[in-house]
Amino acid sequence: MQLTNRKVVVSNKEQSFAERIYLPAIAKGMMITASHLFKKSPTINYPEVKRPIAPVYRGQHVLKRDENGAERCTSCGMCAVACPAEAITMTSGERKKGEEHLYREEKYAATYEIDMLRCIFCGLCEEACPKEAIFLTDRLVDAQFERKDFIYGKDKLVEKMDARIDVTKRQTQAVLDFKKIPGLKHNELFDAKKLNKGHH
Amino acid sequence: MTAFIIYKAIMCAGVFLLCLGAAAYATLWERKFAAFLQDRKGPSRAGWGGILQPLADGVKMFMKEEIIPNVSNRALFILGPCLFMVTAVITSSVVPWAKPVNIGGVVYDMQITDINIGVIYLLGVASIGVYGIMIGGWASNNKFALLGAVRASSQMISYEIPMGIALIALIISSGGSLSLKTIVEAQDAGVANIVWQPLGFLIFFICALAETNRAPFDLPECETELVGGYHTEYSSMKLGLFLFAEYINMFISSAVIATLYFGGYNFPFAHELYAKLGLADGSVWITLIGFGALITKVFGFVCLFMWIRWTLPRFRYDQLMNLGWKTLLPLALFNLLLTVVIEYFRGNIHF
Repeated sequence: MQLTNRKVVVSNKEQSFAERIYLPAIAKGMMITASHLFKKSPTINYPEVKRPIAPVYRGQHVLKRDENGAERCTSCGMCAVACPAEAITMTSGERKKGEEHLYREEKYAATYEIDMLRCIFCGLCEEACPKEAIFLTDRLVDAQFERKDFIYGKDKLVEKMDARIDVTKRQTQAVLDFKKIPGLKHNELFDAKKLNKGHH
Repeated sequence: MTAFIIYKAIMCAGVFLLCLGAAAYATLWERKFAAFLQDRKGPSRAGWGGILQPLADGVKMFMKEEIIPNVSNRALFILGPCLFMVTAVITSSVVPWAKPVNIGGVVYDMQITDINIGVIYLLGVASIGVYGIMIGGWASNNKFALLGAVRASSQMISYEIPMGIALIALIISSGGSLSLKTIVEAQDAGVANIVWQPLGFLIFFICALAETNRAPFDLPECETELVGGYHTEYSSMKLGLFLFAEYINMFISSAVIATLYFGGYNFPFAHELYAKLGLADGSVWITLIGFGALITKVFGFVCLFMWIRWTLPRFRYDQLMNLGWKTLLPLALFNLLLTVVIEYFRGNIHF
């Protein structure tokens, strides 16, 4: 019975003289390796040269500040709820008088921790965020020697004032429009005017 | 007398340093060359383009923990790598590195010593080399090391026979002298020996691969079967000496092949070039150009050794023995017969 046509009849024929002295085969093999001598190496010298990262690459998170430098996060917990890996924990604090330049609204995140070993970098936290406060960036999470060092607190997550992080590639008009879907009305509180102008 | 001793001391130190330096950079070039053949970049971090890599490797080897097994024979364990290294280096003493140079009316040979049995000396030292491996493998008191050593010694003894017979044919066709200096000078006057000994060269080259334990004959260190081979128990710089001596062996084998078959420090149209440049016999420039020619040939052979290593898979042990005894030995005898017949008709042999 024949199921496929892939059957090959094994040939046990005697090797010819050229095959038996091996030298032609060796020369052939050496020509193959020699041809690779002049091929360009595909290696990228990593720390000096980096491969381009896609604009939608999801790397280490950033907690954004607004244009005045106040933290946008209001500790609503939407990101923690959305997180499928349960990597985000936070505690809330109430803004005191005189802290308006630090926190955008009355409630803020006193602590905000992401366990980078639990995080699966799905980006649901930034999708859930009503305040445009958390974004994933194209930065890579550094290697550490101990597990506890992978729990990033606000010291690592909140963007520095002298090193603002550009998230315009992730905060595109399409994303903002997506967030206007009823039930997902995120930005009406502080960006209603701008959005309406874009819509009509 | 003092001048003679100083000249010999300079020659010894120079050749010694040349061998060590060439071997050190052969390790780097081996890795680079392998990388190029495999579309990689090779070591490129230590210094410009990896130029300091041999230094880093040496420091690493020295800093590593030295382990001498309790069950080993301590004296022999230390003697093994030393012997292997010494025999690797002393082979270089009969190689003529360049044309004699004439300084102040005194002619200095660019060769440590021109013994009149140079070729036999080469074979003798090469066969002492196997003792380093044998002693090292035996003293380790380890099955795998012993198996590696047994393989190495049987392989080297087997391949010395066709090598010796190929050399006899070479000596017949190059005028009957055993001195390497005379052999090279005969090629300067006539043509390179490869013209009359192509088959002999092939046999000698294959045997040289086997004698230096290079792929495809690197069964003594076949890590898939023998953990590490004859140096399984070795660590730190003793291991380094074994590995380093392999590169010295490769460098000197290349020099010997270039000397015996490819005219050593001579090259085609050398005399025309020297006449055109107006260089008299014994000029330093002729010596330097000749040395450059030899080093170029040696580099070519070192590359060929590496090219073969990174192309061919290792032989199986019975294939190795079949090749040595059933193919190379009859071939070498046939080559000897052929050489004698040809030389008789060329009129170089008289009965």
